Amino acid sequence: MSLNKVQDQIVDEFSLLGDDRESTIFYIMELGQKLPALAEEHMTEQNLIKGCQSKVWLTADLDGNRINFKADSNTDITKGLISLLIRVLDGRTPDEILSAELTFIEKIGMGGIIGSQRSNGLTAMIKQMKLYALAYKTKLAQKA
Amino acid sequence: MAQPINDNAVTNATLDVQAIRERFPILHQEVNGKPLVYFDNAATNQKPDTVIESLDNYYRKDNSNIHRGAHTLADRATAEYEDTRKALKDFVNANEAEEIIFTRGTTEGINLVVQTYGRMVLAQGDEVIISAMEHHSNIVPWQMLCEERGAILKVIPITDEGEIIMEEYLKLLSPKTKIVATCHASNALGTVNPVEEIIAHAHKAGAKVLIDGAQSCAHLPLDVQALDVDFFVGSAHKMYGPTGTGFLYGKRELLEAMPPFMGGGEMIKEVTFEKTTYNDIPYKFEPGTPNIGDVIAFKKAVDFINETGKETIAAHEEALLAYATEKISAIKGVTIVGQATHKVGVLSFVIDNLHHFDVGMMLDAKGVAVRTGHHCTQPLMARFGLEGTVRASFAVYNTKDEVDTLIEGVERLAKLANR
Repeated sequence: MSLNKVQDQIVDEFSLLGDDRESTIFYIMELGQKLPALAEEHMTEQNLIKGCQSKVWLTADLDGNRINFKADSNTDITKGLISLLIRVLDGRTPDEILSAELTFIEKIGMGGIIGSQRSNGLTAMIKQMKLYALAYKTKLAQKA
Repeated sequence: MAQPINDNAVTNATLDVQAIRERFPILHQEVNGKPLVYFDNAATNQKPDTVIESLDNYYRKDNSNIHRGAHTLADRATAEYEDTRKALKDFVNANEAEEIIFTRGTTEGINLVVQTYGRMVLAQGDEVIISAMEHHSNIVPWQMLCEERGAILKVIPITDEGEIIMEEYLKLLSPKTKIVATCHASNALGTVNPVEEIIAHAHKAGAKVLIDGAQSCAHLPLDVQALDVDFFVGSAHKMYGPTGTGFLYGKRELLEAMPPFMGGGEMIKEVTFEKTTYNDIPYKFEPGTPNIGDVIAFKKAVDFINETGKETIAAHEEALLAYATEKISAIKGVTIVGQATHKVGVLSFVIDNLHHFDVGMMLDAKGVAVRTGHHCTQPLMARFGLEGTVRASFAVYNTKDEVDTLIEGVERLAKLANR
């Protein structure tokens, strides 16, 4: 499924929740609970994303020319947020990730749902995912 | 502890909560589509109409610099500013108004004592005693001074319930102890400390005592003379008053012996390039243009507490705490942190398998404002092996219905996290 199609799907799911902030956050939290835990050895200082109020660990591996992301957090809501990013960006090529416009965030009104501090954290997560994409793009270019 | 309350409107013969709520405009709003339930009172509480009107009135009619102005507005502002000092003198039962110094709040009050009295008495090898439940503002300033002076900071341990272990405190006291500094009530646990005993023992050892009254001023009876406390600090914004102002009470002989804290403006008697002589107390400690409008409005906050009656306020909050404690204790997967026998209206808790940030955010979505995190008491959290807690803290305008809303939210979350 295309990256934008996945984003549309997320927007649809959130629209079903209506304007009720409580249900929306519960939903994000449930998404977080469903995201598989990261192996203990990856929960290192090195994999911690700077700029998040909660702790978020993110790893990225190259599978062929596609990037696989794995992540974890000490809070379910943050884990839910990163699970949404993973759903959109996991298994994509570095170019897809780098050019991805994550419109779903604004469309579902994420800023209003999670508040400014967590919004900054979300931005930091996206930045880190794009940095991984850039690093792997460079690596792939060197191989070629 | 008081009996759980059954009636929302009237919790005892003298308190009509609905009438009180009418006086707090901020409470009448929706947050995230739900009626606001404000349970972050230990951080700062809301302000009654008289405090808000006083601020408005000051800037509309009386705004002027104080003490040295030769005109009517300056006279009016000065008189009102000094009226607050008198009101605070009565509020804490100080011997005289000059023993009340205006500060920016509790933190500045503590720092003032640390940088003046502390510097004056603390030498290499001397000791300062604090408790394990102190707010960072009653840890860090002492730590800084001890480091500078080669003095030692000692900590009174607490029980699992969150109470000071008096025998351990007595063991720490010695002729080396120069200062004992503890909170009257813990902001993170709610524990009310036996300050009378703490002060008496410190005095026997020859030490002076500072009590951090940030969490007690609006809730507990205060009589600095009966306590025989040397220094007592508080913040207006935790007493239904404005932010950015507070007070330090100090015994006259101590304040007079202390050097000034900061130089400039009001604290001088005479300045020449060779030498400056200092003003009398309290002005010696109040340099520069103070926070006049807020200090004036502070009096309205003190009046509000006096008119409502501190005992009435305390009984109401105690009843809310008892009710909330009973309800929350019954929820599986929820643990109360801090179970002292004597508490102010602070309910700190954790939910198994759920981070406190998430709890705070979920409750906020229900319109319920609570505090989450370490509450600026990291060493205390470490004592309990926690990163933080969720803290609901009560004020006179809170109701049993609001506690029910909180409990409903916590129940749902505990179920979600522990299914």
